[in-house]
Amino acid sequence: MSTTVSHDIDRVPDAAELERYRAEAREWLAENMPPLDPRADPNQQTKEHVKDLARRLHSGGYSGICFPREVGGAGLTRSHHRVFCEEAADYELPIYLGTPGLSIIAPPIMEFGTEQQREHVAAMLRGERLFVQMMSEPTGGSDMAGALTRAERDGDVWVLNGSKIWSSGASRADWGLVLVRTDWSVPKHRGLSMLLLDLSLPGVTVNTIKMVDGSEEFCEEFFDDVQVPHECILGEPNDGWTVANRLLFHERQSVGGGSPYHFNRPKSARSSARGSDLVGIVGRNGREADPVARQLIGEAHANELVGRQLISRVSDAVASGVLPPIAGSLLRLNTGVTAMRRGSIALGLAGTEGATWEDGDDADHPADQFILRQASCIGGGTTEMQRNLISERLLGMPREPAADKDRPFNEVRRSRREENTR
Amino acid sequence: MQLHLDDDQSIFVDTTRRYLADTSDIATIRALAETERGFDADWWARGAELGWTSLLAPERMGGGGVSDDAVSDLALIAFERGRLIAPGPFASVNAVVAALATSDAHDDLLARLIAGTSVATLAASERGVRWPGPGVTTSLSTVGDAVEITGEKITVESAAVAEAFVVLAAGPEGDRLVVVPADADGVEIAPRRSPDLVRRFADVTFRDVRIGRDAVLELERSDLERVLDIATVLQLAETVGVLDRVLEFTIEWASDRYSFGRPLSSYQELKHRFADMTLWLEASKATVTEAAAAVTKQPEQAGQYVSAAASYVHEHGPELVQDCVQMHGGIGVTWEHDIHLYLRRVTLNSLTCGTVADHRERLASMILEGAGR
Repeated sequence: MSTTVSHDIDRVPDAAELERYRAEAREWLAENMPPLDPRADPNQQTKEHVKDLARRLHSGGYSGICFPREVGGAGLTRSHHRVFCEEAADYELPIYLGTPGLSIIAPPIMEFGTEQQREHVAAMLRGERLFVQMMSEPTGGSDMAGALTRAERDGDVWVLNGSKIWSSGASRADWGLVLVRTDWSVPKHRGLSMLLLDLSLPGVTVNTIKMVDGSEEFCEEFFDDVQVPHECILGEPNDGWTVANRLLFHERQSVGGGSPYHFNRPKSARSSARGSDLVGIVGRNGREADPVARQLIGEAHANELVGRQLISRVSDAVASGVLPPIAGSLLRLNTGVTAMRRGSIALGLAGTEGATWEDGDDADHPADQFILRQASCIGGGTTEMQRNLISERLLGMPREPAADKDRPFNEVRRSRREENTR
Repeated sequence: MQLHLDDDQSIFVDTTRRYLADTSDIATIRALAETERGFDADWWARGAELGWTSLLAPERMGGGGVSDDAVSDLALIAFERGRLIAPGPFASVNAVVAALATSDAHDDLLARLIAGTSVATLAASERGVRWPGPGVTTSLSTVGDAVEITGEKITVESAAVAEAFVVLAAGPEGDRLVVVPADADGVEIAPRRSPDLVRRFADVTFRDVRIGRDAVLELERSDLERVLDIATVLQLAETVGVLDRVLEFTIEWASDRYSFGRPLSSYQELKHRFADMTLWLEASKATVTEAAAAVTKQPEQAGQYVSAAASYVHEHGPELVQDCVQMHGGIGVTWEHDIHLYLRRVTLNSLTCGTVADHRERLASMILEGAGR
């Protein structure tokens, strides 16, 4: 977002300035924000609760620390953001405002939006509007540019039809940022647009999806002849892929942990809850002296520390131009493989004792969490997609052959059935 | 390896890079494999003139970093040495210099190490003991005005040419580092072979070796671990240099080599493995850079950072090089191809300053028992 921000978020403030900021934040947090319930799942925050938390933060000037002042941000730096997140670790934060709203959706709005559209960012920062991005479709998760949801121009409006899936928390959102096809006569990347969509418009249906752990955070949406005003196009019509790519970049930053716009999920607090805390498992099972358990504890700790160190290195390298922005894929890949390994380690440490638990014990249980383990390598772009991006765009290796490349999208085959009938 | 170097560091690294490029090409390394000591004494002394052995010495002897963090400065040199798999007991000698810098009883030896006219190396590892202890069995006892050392150390680097050893031994008041001249009565050196072609090792037995009391460096366990951490982190930086070079030439190879009419680097299976290796390398650079800095800047975290880095780098490093061997196919397992020289170095390094298991155990003891600092 450096191209659009009027201040330098990478400026390194002097230590005294940061310590002052830290002290003020600490005092402010204690007076204004509710303390964190370590057992609470941030995904369970209701819409009104997220907005209330966001309004509180905004009143203190903390909702958009790295956003420019003209949209109501504080115009400060990554360092200030980091300090605030450290101080706020024990308080409840509007997680869902930070991700996807501020860290994934707001940056492309700042970059491509008209002055009027940037008002959405100001409204997010004030806690008045929650956003969700709607990119993936039921017909294919990774091939995002193959979107089939269509918007057709009719005078001053675009008529929207189709469906989206895997938008997290859409049931809580007021607005969406939607990838749609606006021209079918050109190759796939050139016929896309991004629409800012008011989810209260007639014809929009949002349903939740029940996941294997019983959670209902993800949603699917259906659009039936939704009339969207023309001024809701973000960026140029048919240039939506450019906007989408910036959004995906910020998504990788956010998922990988390198974003200066999100609020850290309260990891330390979550992991101290029964179950996911590895040291706690070892203690409960009386395995402190077991060499195998000790090896796993050491491995998990090293992976976690190295993951944090990788985030600061890659963020620094991208900010200073040593690595191109696509290096963010390294973070996303590492987050996935590390979480996967951690899930297996937790299961191994939990052992037979972890195979069952009392009815009504709703803490995190490694054996239960294991069932959803692969989600960490799927959501936010699969690890396979990240490996493509790293090898092709960071290492410059040849791109995967694509049968739809340079073909008008309405001539591209989309299923085996079509293959047989043509 | 570090993302941002200041001007002095850039000059410092460039000088070594040029020196190594001129003197340590692969043909030279292969020729050195046939020699008894594995590195040329004059070559080492000229390296010392470039600052390879002086940065951790006390200021009164001309020591001090190029930047305000001498261990990180040396890690940069170690990285460059790794890229060219340069010979010589770099990590061990620097750890010895750091140990000797805590006393003024060994200034003569220190001066020779700084000048590069002599080497002295660490004798820390023992059979059956996890790095870096506890449980060291080599004993240190007081006998009148002298001390006596008895025990057996393994994988002591350049033992045959070392002037002295800095020995990790268990004394009545805890573990200590002791400076033992190589020619003292009762010191027996038994040369061993290792996978590396140019680095030399021996088992060293100390049989009732009697030396003066000032040979004992009065370092508490935490300061003593700092010395061992310096050896570990410099060796890690060298490994990261090796990985950097191997991945570089293997990516080149995969782009140049065609099969079935297209480059190896166009096969998705191979691309994905290159992506994983790129991640391991970048993460290794991140963690070793921070571990090196922690020794000076966050001493209370240093043990944890060094062991986390060792756990990660020694897990992924040898695998990275092995996968690069696989990418080369048959040529990769021939004596003629150079990749085995790199594999030899990372394999050796993953075993000599604590293994993956040693460092994970050390992390576990810090976490579960609050051991360390």
